Amino acid sequence: MNAALVQFKPRKGDVPGNLALMREVFEQLAPGAPDLIVFPEAALTGYFLEGAVYELAVDAPTMAQRVDAQWRASGAARPCDVVVGFYENVDGTFHNSAIYVRCGLESGVHVVHVHRKMFLPTYGVFDEERFLTRGRQLSVFETAFGTAAILICEDAWHAIMPTVAALKGARLIVVPSASPGRGLSGDGELESNARWKSLLSSAAAEHGVYVLYAGLTGFEGGKGMSGGTCAYSPRGDLIASAGPLDACIVKVQLDPAEVDLARATIPLLGDLSAVLPDLWLDDEILVTRRLEERA
Amino acid sequence: MTLPVVEAPLAEPSLAIDPELAARWLEAFLRDEMLVRRGIGKAILGLSGGIDSALVAYLCARALGPENVYAIRMPYRTSSPSSLSDAQRIVDALGIHAETIEITGAVDGYLAHAPDADPRRKGNVMARMRMLVLFDQSARRGALPVGTGNKTERLMGYFTWHADDTPPVNPIGDLFKTQVWALARHLGVPNEVVDKPPSADLEANQTDESDLGVTYATADKILNLILHGYKDDAIVARGYASAEVRLVRRRVDSTHWKRHLPTTALVSSTAINEFYLRPVDY
Repeated sequence: MNAALVQFKPRKGDVPGNLALMREVFEQLAPGAPDLIVFPEAALTGYFLEGAVYELAVDAPTMAQRVDAQWRASGAARPCDVVVGFYENVDGTFHNSAIYVRCGLESGVHVVHVHRKMFLPTYGVFDEERFLTRGRQLSVFETAFGTAAILICEDAWHAIMPTVAALKGARLIVVPSASPGRGLSGDGELESNARWKSLLSSAAAEHGVYVLYAGLTGFEGGKGMSGGTCAYSPRGDLIASAGPLDACIVKVQLDPAEVDLARATIPLLGDLSAVLPDLWLDDEILVTRRLEERA
Repeated sequence: MTLPVVEAPLAEPSLAIDPELAARWLEAFLRDEMLVRRGIGKAILGLSGGIDSALVAYLCARALGPENVYAIRMPYRTSSPSSLSDAQRIVDALGIHAETIEITGAVDGYLAHAPDADPRRKGNVMARMRMLVLFDQSARRGALPVGTGNKTERLMGYFTWHADDTPPVNPIGDLFKTQVWALARHLGVPNEVVDKPPSADLEANQTDESDLGVTYATADKILNLILHGYKDDAIVARGYASAEVRLVRRRVDSTHWKRHLPTTALVSSTAINEFYLRPVDY
């Protein structure tokens, strides 16, 4: 499987203009098109919207049609899978979501999966839960590569999320993200991006999964989205990465056999599957009960 | 046998910066906020001869090209002559546009009606006059005013409200003074400007550190600990003098209002920036 990860730089709130930018990306990729194209979180609106979420959020079918229309207009000769982060309106309930669609089919666009962000950062510079509702389920889905899952930004900061995805069968984890860069003390790299790379590498290596990360770039009212688009092999090795600034495309090749080899060499996921029942039976991991006991 | 002991120091957040990374990040900020968001490719700033405005001039020149940077020197009759000459060093080194607009007539014209004005009031009048000039010159040239206030003076409230803090973009407002020094040295700001004692130059022989009662080097470390949530006793435990910790804490706690827009009486459920929430770049 060939994948293209798009480090995207939208104009805030300019959906038609950002769809045109998406079409330009598709036009660039159409010759020898990849199997999968991944855009970041909130790619067509920008990330920090506050109350404007309610003006710009759309339902999943509308989002799928918009993306498919750009793919068809690009002159591409064959179908392609596309992941895009967007603000979703579900009958008046709003989510930070990412859609996985198969574009360019004769039968029209096919919505393979919608993941609704479960961990909504609401601290410091972040204010998501003021405007959005948490997703309630982490599901996996089938792709040409194999079983896959989507984690959006902070979802991937919680080690249990890639763990659950892998236990459910994911061999590929796609991470659309919008991360305001911070921390200038690093040696040539933002501290926040170094943290991301550590997290993504650990998730890939522990579970033997490919991890594809696509980050927004560009400044939003002083907050610089830190790009850092990258891919990790199932052994946790960095395959390719982009810097923090400027839009670009990162191309990678994924080999299903690499997942099998990584898991055969270090069978941590198999070990976890074996031990997991014991962990589940340990009622002390029910955090709420422990807190009640302490009180 | 006595085993060697490795003892961890008390944790303290770092103020170190990678200056080249910082420079590239701040240049991208200027290009995105000015060119991409506003479609304005020219910057205008008040060039005092001090390190903050010098650094901003260097960043603007790198981000936009020196031909698109306008430096305005705005001396008052009591301003130090060395401030003008230091500003000239910056202009010569960068090849940016420069103009000197004396504010003495305008300031003294008003102060003739305020004979009881003390030095603090006079300083505020000068700062606000400079901002008036800068915004008018920005309109004349189609250039965006760029701010030069650093994080230390913002936290200490060591600025004139609605004067120094007025420009719509500021590349160095999240950099402590010691970080400004580090970045300025990296970008090649002349030593005469980097090494001289910082001064608001509102009165003869005035220095920031004598005004503040603490050195920038110490204030920055204490401020950084305060912002990371450390209480006073935890800061003192890290070797800082309790009097200086109290001084810095008091300045921060008494100036929160200076870092906000004016307080508006909320009377509806559509109050701007309270209920009606839209980001600045929307």
